[in-house]
Amino acid sequence: MQAFESLVRKKDGQPLQYLIVDDSVFARRNLQRIISMFGGVMAGEAGDGRAAIEAYGRLLPDLVLMDVTMPDMEGIEAAEHIINQHPEARIVMVSSVAYQENVSEALRKGALYFVQKPPKPELLYDVIKSVLGEAAIAAPTSQEKSDAHEN
Amino acid sequence: MRIELIQPFINATDAVLAEMLPGPAQINDVSMDEEVYRRKGVAASVAIRGDIEGRVIFDLESETALRVAGVLAGGTIDPTDQLARETVCELANVIVGNAVTLLNDQGHSFKVYPPCIHDAETGYSGGPESEALVMCFDTPSGKVYLNIALDYSHQRSFSAAESLN
Repeated sequence: MQAFESLVRKKDGQPLQYLIVDDSVFARRNLQRIISMFGGVMAGEAGDGRAAIEAYGRLLPDLVLMDVTMPDMEGIEAAEHIINQHPEARIVMVSSVAYQENVSEALRKGALYFVQKPPKPELLYDVIKSVLGEAAIAAPTSQEKSDAHEN
Repeated sequence: MRIELIQPFINATDAVLAEMLPGPAQINDVSMDEEVYRRKGVAASVAIRGDIEGRVIFDLESETALRVAGVLAGGTIDPTDQLARETVCELANVIVGNAVTLLNDQGHSFKVYPPCIHDAETGYSGGPESEALVMCFDTPSGKVYLNIALDYSHQRSFSAAESLN
């Protein structure tokens, strides 16, 4: 298994908080497993778009990983609502249905990236680093922490 | 059923199984089915509406579903655990999503609905309007079946009109 450098928030050095939105429990567990490889934590999860809007307002996570095809309210509509209420929100769509109309609509509604399922950890890692930009940094290694402590 | 509708499903199933399961997946058998569908074990159905309409059933024998869920979850799955059903639904969702993405690149427009567990022992009859193609893939975890009943929506309407005359 590929090792990834843990990513933390630049402002406080805390693990990145994710909201994972997918109607499939299996998909949510899979994404949770992948983000834990990056040092992230799942702040919350939702099984449809409406629950995602509510969860975002309550948790204000660093990043949302959002499916498209879901019952009740689909992911692109939910992303639009979240962006309207929280323009600073960072949303990455993660869906198997990655045809051009879906991708274009998601990006037009405010999503920052579209990753096709099955999600490859190495690709998702690069996408997350790119989307978070300077808000995320690599966590200091134990040697770096020790050096900083000594100095 | 047209071969150009089938090939994207073969490619997507190959790619997704190879990505998500350890070891190769190979087509073992392809056949046409006009009979009422009988599920093999844990089955999920995905409906498609638009230029192309119909449904795709992804079906695994119960032991295979448990093995696949175990591989993907990284442990042994209890037979009573819902995770095997969840896994089959998500695999169906990913395979169909990848296939319709390929079909969309060919200019077809449609909507894919969330997968549903197909609990009944039988159902989804075939027949002239929806004869199904059944593909069996061999994987290291066991046999995986894909039952595809799709057609262009204008042909479906034409067939229905013909049957009334």
